[in-house]
Amino acid sequence: MPTKQFLSGNEAIARGAWEAGVHVAAGYPGTPSTEIIENLVRYEDVDVEWSTNEKVAFDVAYGASLAGGRSLVSMKHVGVNVALDSLMVTPFAGVHGGFVIITADDPGMHSSQNEQDNRYLARFAKIPMLEPADSQEAMEYVKIAFDISEQFDVPVFLRTTTRTSHSKSVVEMGVADRKLPKKYKQDPLKHVVPIHGKRLRGNVDDRLRKLEEFAETCPLNTIEWNSRKIGIVTSGISYQYAKEVFPEASILKLGMIFPLPRKLIEWFCDGVEKTYVIEELEPFLEEQLRIIGIKNPYGVSDIVGKAAIPSMFELSPDILRNAFLGIEGRSSFESEVSIPPRPPVLCPGCPHSGVYFALHKLKAVVTGDIGCYTLGALHPFNALDTTFCMGAGIGNAFGMEKVHRDTMGKKLVAVIGDGTFLHSGLGALIDIVFNRGITTVILMDNSTTGMTGHQQHPGMGKTVRNLETHAINYEELIHAIGVKHIRVVDPYDLELTEKSIKEALALEEPAVVISRRPCVLLEDERAKPHQPYEVIEELCEECDLCLKIGCPAIGGLGTTPFISKERCIGCDLCAKLCAFDAIRPIGHEMAKR
Amino acid sequence: MAGLINNNHMSKNLLFAGVGGQGILLVSELAARTAIHAGFDAKKTEVHGAAQRGGSVVSHVRFGPKVYSPLSSTGDVDILLSLEKLEGLRWAHYVKEGGLIVLNDEIRVPARLTNTPVQYPDNVVEFLTAQGYRIVSIDANSVATELGNYRAANTVLLGAMAEHTGIADEHWETVMKESLNPKILELNLRAFRRGKELSNSRVLSS
Repeated sequence: MPTKQFLSGNEAIARGAWEAGVHVAAGYPGTPSTEIIENLVRYEDVDVEWSTNEKVAFDVAYGASLAGGRSLVSMKHVGVNVALDSLMVTPFAGVHGGFVIITADDPGMHSSQNEQDNRYLARFAKIPMLEPADSQEAMEYVKIAFDISEQFDVPVFLRTTTRTSHSKSVVEMGVADRKLPKKYKQDPLKHVVPIHGKRLRGNVDDRLRKLEEFAETCPLNTIEWNSRKIGIVTSGISYQYAKEVFPEASILKLGMIFPLPRKLIEWFCDGVEKTYVIEELEPFLEEQLRIIGIKNPYGVSDIVGKAAIPSMFELSPDILRNAFLGIEGRSSFESEVSIPPRPPVLCPGCPHSGVYFALHKLKAVVTGDIGCYTLGALHPFNALDTTFCMGAGIGNAFGMEKVHRDTMGKKLVAVIGDGTFLHSGLGALIDIVFNRGITTVILMDNSTTGMTGHQQHPGMGKTVRNLETHAINYEELIHAIGVKHIRVVDPYDLELTEKSIKEALALEEPAVVISRRPCVLLEDERAKPHQPYEVIEELCEECDLCLKIGCPAIGGLGTTPFISKERCIGCDLCAKLCAFDAIRPIGHEMAKR
Repeated sequence: MAGLINNNHMSKNLLFAGVGGQGILLVSELAARTAIHAGFDAKKTEVHGAAQRGGSVVSHVRFGPKVYSPLSSTGDVDILLSLEKLEGLRWAHYVKEGGLIVLNDEIRVPARLTNTPVQYPDNVVEFLTAQGYRIVSIDANSVATELGNYRAANTVLLGAMAEHTGIADEHWETVMKESLNPKILELNLRAFRRGKELSNSRVLSS
């Protein structure tokens, strides 16, 4: 392997974890974290898994640590919410093998339902957090995180953001130092926490004091002395933006962002005329600087942080220049010319289209969930009433039913994908059966985790290494929890799909409709021959009914719809809708269908 | 205060835009690797997710002796390569005054968000030329189709961009040979060379 490579932050984390001798890695896919687990698969001597959900991933990785292995768990920012119950108890019990928790935050919500600053979780749980500023640091910090974890008997957070996870930069490879796992040591006095928690409680704060001392000399916190007129306290990707905009300023770059080195910060800020705190999202560093009591010397002015820069969305050199130097960037030309947005859409032939077409027709009240199928909320389906977070939709639908059972009970549908159902939908479906509900659930089984790029899940019969494993049978599973009415439909069969949903809604009992057809982007599906369709202009009455299937291959600027032959996969859904037989396979214009 | 501004004359900034599925991330990756091969530091950043679902996709590449921010600033990009006209317009304000835009002569009407048809802008090339940009407009889909496959449109445009980056051909071609699947290498090399030839004959400016 060449000694220098051009790696994303996620690739570098995988490499660093391997060099550090990680034995077990677990995670759940979620942008921008997904490629960490995907890249760890390249190292055959690491036990890697996609877990059922983030809490399970956390418990598996933590178990591996307690057994004496070095372990890592990887998830996106909201994934940590799912794992938080497990996480919060770990500082009481400590670790055995080094244990690193990766939280990949998504400032700007490029691919997330919310924006949350997970730096606060380090303070909340009282465990240390490191934050790299580029791929080289991502690789090195994960190694240091394992060492800190073992030295202080505590899990260590490594926090990335979209711009560190998904940016690439040059990385100089390190040398692997892979050791065998330590021996397992039984220690119930430390690990049976509910019984010994009161005694262990003190350790949490004692350790934090020690970590605060360590932070003062931690080599990840560095000062670049330059002009003393401005001193910048920063970390992570914000450091890069600060360097870009203030090349002559002095900088205190914090690689360990919790706990903070109080004396180092005081010393740095005493050495400069003005302190700027440059950080993305919340005033996490700034608040702690204020608690420490940092003021600018001579009491001339306050430290400047969120008073100048926004506490939401991504930061950029543009924003910093505007905030601190009053230099406005160039604005988009949209005030002078029409620049319509280009939202992501369901793919041509997406199986979800068939279900949403039916739901739109039935005017159902629909609670959604997390996946590609959230796009069913957009034109032309406008089919979703709600979408919040992984697994929420089924419970939300049942709660709505409780309030308006007579009027809404027969109109309520929860839609959920196969991956999300196994992640956290099953418990809510059990709740409906348990509590005598009648909610209808549509399980949109496209045989994969679509949104994040086809990661393996327990319904697919393959592990992360593509080894054969049991594939969950949804019909059996759902039957076993007590749902009696289960129907399976092919969403390309628009009539049967609509009929089956209608039938399920009419029942006085819980019902599940499984819409089953593989994602069109799966390799096997792509390899199949596709016969593209075309619109026969002489036959087209321009009724636009074909547009109701929401296919991005159908467009055109004129009044007659036009099908892109490069993008059409020949699913036939638009042709089924056409009342004038004007949509036919290319080359079949004269043949009768 | 003005003395503190770093205009980054030392770094070159490239921006790649288009519609998910057009192969934007492949050409931005090739550009970044080529810069490194030519001895520069380089960084690249993009946002995943919309890439396979027909959304707007943009990828930043910056190279120079030392690069800090992976994100370029508005008005600071040397060359924008866009695989689609509307996307070229969407990101054009990132390009510096008099900068270069390599534009595919391709229209992809975005999905509607309402019942009203989308207002796709007319005369994108004329508008951008009037803003003082230099435009290289190429019907890269047709060029690539003639060479064997329309999918190589991205490499045709990359060739047109390469001509203006100041990085020697040998670096581009070496990196393509190292990075591309042998099955598509020949086609892409031809597409790249054809793009280079076309780039000088197609520059429009006001």
